[in-house]
Amino acid sequence: MTVADSRERAARRTARRRSRIPTLFGLAGGLIVGILVCGAVFAPWLAPYDPTERVARPFLFPSSEHLLGTNDIGQDLLSEMIFGARVSLTIGIVAAAVALLIGTTVGVVAGYYPKRLGSAMMRGVDVILILPFLPLLIVLAAYLGRSLLNTILVIGVLIWAEPARIIRSQVLSLRSREYVLAARSMGAPDRWTILRHIVPRTGLLATGSFVRAVSNAILLEAALSFLGLGDPIQKSWGSTLFWAQSRGAFLTPAWKWWVLPPGLLIMLASLGFALIAFSLEERINPRL
Amino acid sequence: MTTAAAVGSRKPWRDAAGIDANLLDIENLAVRFELPTETIRAVSGVSLTVAPSETFALVGESGSGKSVSMLSVMGLLPAPPAFVSGSIRLEGREIIGMPARELKRIRGRDVAMVFQEPMSSLNPVHRVGRQIGESLRIHRGFTKAAARRRAIELLDRVGIPSAPSRVDDYPHEFSGGMRQRAMIAMALACEPKLLIADEPTTALDVTVQAQIVDLVREVQDEYRLAVVWITHDLGVVAEIADRVAVMYAGRIAETGSAHAIYRSTRHPYTSGLLRSIPRLDRPVTTRLAEIPGSPLRVAEELRGCPFDARCPLAGEGCSEALPELEDVGADRHGSACIHHHEMSDSSDLWSEGSVTGEQTMSGEGGDVVVSIRGLRVHFPVVRGLRRSGSGVIRAVDGVDLDVRRGRTLGVVGESGCGKTTLGRALVALVRPTEGTIDIEGNPIDHRSGRHRRVVQMIFQDPFSAMNPGMRVGDVIAEPLRIHRLGTPEEIRERVSELLAQVGLPTDAGRRHPHEFSGGQRQRIAVARALAADPEVIVCDEPVSSLDVSVQAQVVNLLADIQAATGMALVFIAHDLAVVRHVSHEVAVMYLGEIVERAPRDQLYREPLHPYTKALLAAVPAPEPGVLDAGTRTRLVGDLPSPEDPPAGCRFHTRCPVAVEGLCSTIEPALTEAAPGRWVSCHLVNPPGQQRP
Repeated sequence: MTVADSRERAARRTARRRSRIPTLFGLAGGLIVGILVCGAVFAPWLAPYDPTERVARPFLFPSSEHLLGTNDIGQDLLSEMIFGARVSLTIGIVAAAVALLIGTTVGVVAGYYPKRLGSAMMRGVDVILILPFLPLLIVLAAYLGRSLLNTILVIGVLIWAEPARIIRSQVLSLRSREYVLAARSMGAPDRWTILRHIVPRTGLLATGSFVRAVSNAILLEAALSFLGLGDPIQKSWGSTLFWAQSRGAFLTPAWKWWVLPPGLLIMLASLGFALIAFSLEERINPRL
Repeated sequence: MTTAAAVGSRKPWRDAAGIDANLLDIENLAVRFELPTETIRAVSGVSLTVAPSETFALVGESGSGKSVSMLSVMGLLPAPPAFVSGSIRLEGREIIGMPARELKRIRGRDVAMVFQEPMSSLNPVHRVGRQIGESLRIHRGFTKAAARRRAIELLDRVGIPSAPSRVDDYPHEFSGGMRQRAMIAMALACEPKLLIADEPTTALDVTVQAQIVDLVREVQDEYRLAVVWITHDLGVVAEIADRVAVMYAGRIAETGSAHAIYRSTRHPYTSGLLRSIPRLDRPVTTRLAEIPGSPLRVAEELRGCPFDARCPLAGEGCSEALPELEDVGADRHGSACIHHHEMSDSSDLWSEGSVTGEQTMSGEGGDVVVSIRGLRVHFPVVRGLRRSGSGVIRAVDGVDLDVRRGRTLGVVGESGCGKTTLGRALVALVRPTEGTIDIEGNPIDHRSGRHRRVVQMIFQDPFSAMNPGMRVGDVIAEPLRIHRLGTPEEIRERVSELLAQVGLPTDAGRRHPHEFSGGQRQRIAVARALAADPEVIVCDEPVSSLDVSVQAQVVNLLADIQAATGMALVFIAHDLAVVRHVSHEVAVMYLGEIVERAPRDQLYREPLHPYTKALLAAVPAPEPGVLDAGTRTRLVGDLPSPEDPPAGCRFHTRCPVAVEGLCSTIEPALTEAAPGRWVSCHLVNPPGQQRP
């Protein structure tokens, strides 16, 4: 009895441990994202100075007045980081939403009509997926001009392909479910079955790909801004890096407070969303 | 080997072994599953014994604990979540608490198991022969070559034609019946003493089921095997069982010799089960005897009789104490019912309707609602990398049918005969390749719109046919909303009306489908089909996914609704007894064609087509000894592929009376053999006499 008991307990423990890892990851991701979002929302109260004002001499070293020093025109870098979260996160989230909108539409239509229309659309998706990403992004951004909206659109248009594929595969299975057949047998038009039975049931999967897309979009935004293609008025973490680069901060001791913080923040934001996405997918994704 | 001789040879052997030398001795077995949300007491207080070379039938509905108790014999229940207590002794050796290594030695060697779904219990990437030889190599240390030789012998023994050439096939190259034969061969490989067969024929067609039952009976004699046959169908085991135990809610309700269980039933549940099966050897009644409610899931320790709430004998004392198995007759006949003395062999606890009138004329009834002419549905087969069309599956191939108002047309046939495709064509889910379907004189239009209201469908599995995220009220209202029939207020009223009509409480509309039992879900599906007030309802196997005790409820509900609304029903099923019970006219399908069509009673009393005869002969009767196996015509083999149907008469490859040269070359036409009776067979309608 005791042997059996201890074996049972051991089995339970491993089962619990296996399900605990994704949960822990999810919690860590949630914590990171939560702190960053709070920082962005309460930026005017948290930031010690207005990041657009010249508040001190340029190129100041960190001090108790300016924890991360000042940049080349004397703006407080800590305040710039805090306000930069607003821009970076907004672009990440909105661009991911754009991507999800396009991806869901394409995925649902391609999955529901898998024969001609669907295969044609998926060939389009394949083309998007094999395009060299960054060069295209740079060309598009340069062509469209530097503004917040353009950055969002350019990123959204480039990353919808992955959600589209995920959602299409789910729709392919959903469309042959019996409740969809039942609705069709009642005489429901395709519009009805898609909106009533298909789209709602892709919701969970879409949530997962949305979070992952946010993570990607934040990285892409940073890349664009670092190349100087971001909105010149709205300073994001990426554009701080751009200015640091152009003022030679990478080669001076200033990299510790001018380059490292935005880089770490970009990494943290992307990691936070990626961790949430991992834990969500662990729960949502259909088991094979 | 004939059966009579086999029975004779089996009994003395067991007597010689002595009554005490039980092969399997289960005492006070209890299994509970501790799930995160609840505890389920799947089995409690089960005691039974199986003697060597005996056939023991364990009968019960889904969730009654029959499979779980046998899985614990195999030591296959993992803890957690399953916790097994009590005692299971196999040849005197205790199984519970046995170390995993010893269990492994017993499994496959002393006890073997055959599961319901042969495709999922065979490994699809290994050759069949290798899988059969596997246990020989593990338990007996056979070499690869020796195991292969033995696998061929075994495949030959279980009736796989040309076994040496099939031994290296993969499971997908076998048909369903052959896979189950291969599973039996695998189970026999180490010559076990006990074979546990868990619903081995449930996934098979009725003609194949009969073959498998015969096969098990044969190998049992040959190998002196004890068989525990787990099933929900009292009919299947009636012919082969020596002893029967009926389980309900994890406990044994009644146990005894097969004769005692079927002939002098002493538990109301057993009697209800027996009465709710429609039978071919009894006249059709207006209603089937139904057991109200649905099977119990036991979470708490039981206080009283688990069957209390559904029992017609329930009365004093039933809810106070848990009934124990008491001796009620000779040969260890036990019943767990404190009112068992109120039952006699002739007592009738369950009310049926009166015997219905004869259905002999086909023209009677209302006007024609559905008219199918020359219907063909072919599906292209796409294979290989080049995706070139290499053929077509002729799912439905030239069908003419009429359905009249207020009447039911039964469509029967084995799986793959095209009956489901026919049903789907009726509701415009598939497009006909050729031919027409008219409903009330209007051809079916595949575009959506209100005209589609006239024909609705009920699916086999009510759960998968409902969006699990929708509330029941929305499920039922769906056809009304699709066709915009009424304002939201009117729709709400109509939904509660429908819920009442199918016998569900009004507040059911606010709940989700998963909160209901199988029978209740099928009621919801019926309500949904009725919602748009159609002219025809197509029922595709509406009761085959339900428990026996609730099948009757749904059959009766459909009959009531037809009587009240006068709508036409197309009832598609593989179960000939159920079809007989509900239909006015019956069409038998084989490989996409209708081979016989006749008014119900004529068809069942005097089938003309050899296929119909074989189908009827394959239906087991839930009574031991009613049909002697020797007098039956058994069909050999499986359904040929509908992609390449045999030339001439499609049935000639399996037909016991086929005439060489005639049946294999000339295709018989569906011809009126007698008024209202249509048959396509050269032997019924000789070619010379056929009217064009």
